[in-house]
This record gives sequence, C-alpha cells and structure tokens, in this order.
Amino acid sequence: MATESSEGGLVFHPMDQFIVSPLFGDGPVAWYTPTNVTLWLALTVAAIALLLVNSTRDARVVPGKAQSIAELAYGFVYKMVVDVTGKDGVKYFPYIMTLFMFIVVANFLGLLPMAFTTTSHIAVTAVLAVAVFLTVTILGFVLNGPSFLGMFWVSSAPLPLRPVLALIEVISYFVRPVSHSIRLAGNMMAGHAVIKVFAGFAAIAAISPLSVVAITAMYGLEVLVSFIQAYVFTILTCVYLRDALHPHH
Amino acid sequence: MADNTQAAHGADAAHGAAAAGHAADAPGMPQLDFGTFPNQIFWLIVALVAIYFILSKVALPRIAGILADRQDTITNDIAAAEELKLKAKQAEAAYEKALADARSEATRIANDTKAAMQADLNEAIEKADAEISARAAESEKAIAEIRASALESVEAVAKDTTGALVAALGGQADEGRINAAVDARLKG
Repeated sequence: MATESSEGGLVFHPMDQFIVSPLFGDGPVAWYTPTNVTLWLALTVAAIALLLVNSTRDARVVPGKAQSIAELAYGFVYKMVVDVTGKDGVKYFPYIMTLFMFIVVANFLGLLPMAFTTTSHIAVTAVLAVAVFLTVTILGFVLNGPSFLGMFWVSSAPLPLRPVLALIEVISYFVRPVSHSIRLAGNMMAGHAVIKVFAGFAAIAAISPLSVVAITAMYGLEVLVSFIQAYVFTILTCVYLRDALHPHH
Repeated sequence: MADNTQAAHGADAAHGAAAAGHAADAPGMPQLDFGTFPNQIFWLIVALVAIYFILSKVALPRIAGILADRQDTITNDIAAAEELKLKAKQAEAAYEKALADARSEATRIANDTKAAMQADLNEAIEKADAEISARAAESEKAIAEIRASALESVEAVAKDTTGALVAALGGQADEGRINAAVDARLKG
C-alpha cells in the first residue's frame, strides 16, 4: 500500500485497506449499494456455513477434521455460555454462537491478503455491541422488572458509599457498549494498520528483510488477537447476559 | 492523511474519482466516514440474520444431534462393556466351579480307589494269613506225627535192643517183663 513517490520518499497508506467502496461502478455508497463490506460479509456467512453446515453433513459418530472443528466451536461457546450464565442461559446460546462465529470468522478472513476486515469498522462492532447492550437491558427489565435496577445498588457496601457506587455502576454500565465495540474494532484496525506500515518499509531494499520478518511476526500476533478478541467479545456478552439473568450477584 | 489518500486514489484506477473524492471528504480514518455507516449496518444486519438462521435452523441442531448420538454411543458401549465384563466374570466363576468340582471328583476317585485297594489288600492279607496258619497247623500236625512215630520207634527199638541184650546175656527174655521195664524206664 506504500508507494515510492517521485521525490523518493515513502508514502504510507495503512488505512486505505479500510475504505468502503462500491463493488460495481463508482457511485456513491448508499445503504443498499453492494460494497466490499457486502462481499466480505457474504464470504463470512459462506465460511460459517461451510464450517458448521457442510462439514457436519455426514454426521459421523467418529468425526473427521472439519466436523471436529465444528464440534469444537460448538462445545467451546456452549461451555462458555453455561459456565458464565448458568443453565438458564442456554436458550440464548444460538445468539451468542452467532456473535462468536461471525466475529471469529470475520477476523480470520480479514487476515487474508487483500481482504477487507469488516470487524475493524466501528460501525460493525458498534451494531454488535449496541445489540448486546439493548438485549441485555431489555431482557433484564423483562425478567426481573424494576428489581433489575438493584444491580446498581451495591447492598454489600456501607450505606454512605452506596449512592456513589450506584453512580459509578450506572456510568460503567453505559460505558459497556462503547468499550465493548471499540476494543474489537481498535484491535483489528491497529494490527492491520501496523502490518501495512511494515509493508510500506519493504519498499526500501535495505530494510525489506527486516520488514518481512516484522510482518510475519505481526501476522502471527494478529492470528492470536483475532481469536482472543472474538473470545473476549463473546465472554463479555455472556457476562452482561448473566447480569440480566441474575442481577443480584 | 486525506491528501495521501486522495493521491493514492488518483493513481488507483479501480477507485474512480468519485471514490477518491468520497475518501477525501472523510477524516483520516475510513472508520469514521459516517457516510458509509448505513451501508455497513444494513449489510451487517443481513449477514447476522443469515448466520443466525443458518446456525439455529441447521448447524446447531445438527451438531447437538451428533454430540447426543456420540454420548449415546459411548454410554451404550460402556454398558455393553460392563455386560461383557459381567459375563466374563460369570464364565470365570463357572470355570472355577468346574475346576473345583473336577478336583473334588478326582480326590473322591482317588480316595475310593485307595479304599478299594486297601480292602483288596486286607482281604489278600487275611487270606494269606489264613493259608499260612493252615499250613502251619498242618506242619505242626505232621511234626507231631513224626515225633509220635519217632517215639514209638524209640520204644520198639528199646524193647528190641533190651530183648537182644537180655538174650545175649543169656537170659530168658520174657517179653512182658521187658516191655514193662522199658516202659518204666521211658517214663522215668
């Protein structure tokens, strides 16, 4: 993404990879325009279908490789939901699984060269985080009624401290979707941008070997980050869901 | 940053002037280009709904079914193994019992044989004893007879000798007196 300009200096465009552009033609990006976002979201859906549907077509008792991965993903998220939210959280398992599979597959697809990383966009992660926030809040009130507000009233603390704590709790509650979404988008964007910056240095012959090594190292780290951020997003969703199910911890 | 972006886009034929101009409107980060937000959000929701239906209608029930089947299979296999183990144990017990029976049978047969042999032996010994005693009695009788006949012979010889002695000494041998004298001597 870096080009050596006519003056001989290096020009970096680490953020160009995140530009949303129409797939066909150069028109403005309207809400319905098929864009590179559309393409990579479609690929994400296709990859998930391939991984979880196609691989389990045979439904063998002794699984093959692909079926093992599908079962592993299922067991991983299922165990997370049960461990964090308890048995009554199991009915929300498909939603959590949808979130996890979308984020982890989108993150990994974004690591392909020339790929567009949908989860690096704050618009995408904000939708996910706000959806979780609204779901948890509405579910909390529906299941617990006004007593859901008791979550903010720390009854184990000394009485004079409680209003202060309640204020802090309310603020932290509303900050949740912000941190939830920015954490994911920020991690994905930063890693990809850093890789592009290193790639820019490869234009200088003397530095290019070091640049390649750095890209490789960053790529390895990004593979790790891709999974960990999906995991963190999912487990935080589970934690928030637990608050809605059992507000009095 | 915006200038750089624009410059790159000017060079890139794939992104036309419109896209470049669009990017130029945006601040440094394409993430903060709010003009693309409706597009991203719309397609994201489409994708999420698609994933949700794929997962909840097909993938998750199927995987849950596979896992349940496997659990069933494992449970059944363990039960079958348990049953086989029980059978093996029973077979072992039967084998042990047969062995013990055979052993006691063998002991019994040995004892019977020993007893039978002992009986035979006793009988034979008894028979032999009886024979021996019969023979001994017979021999004793024979010896007694021989002794008696010997005594008789001694008497006869004594009488004859006495008669001959008497005759030789010139006496008139009276048979009656000689006999009486010899008898008296023999008794003495």
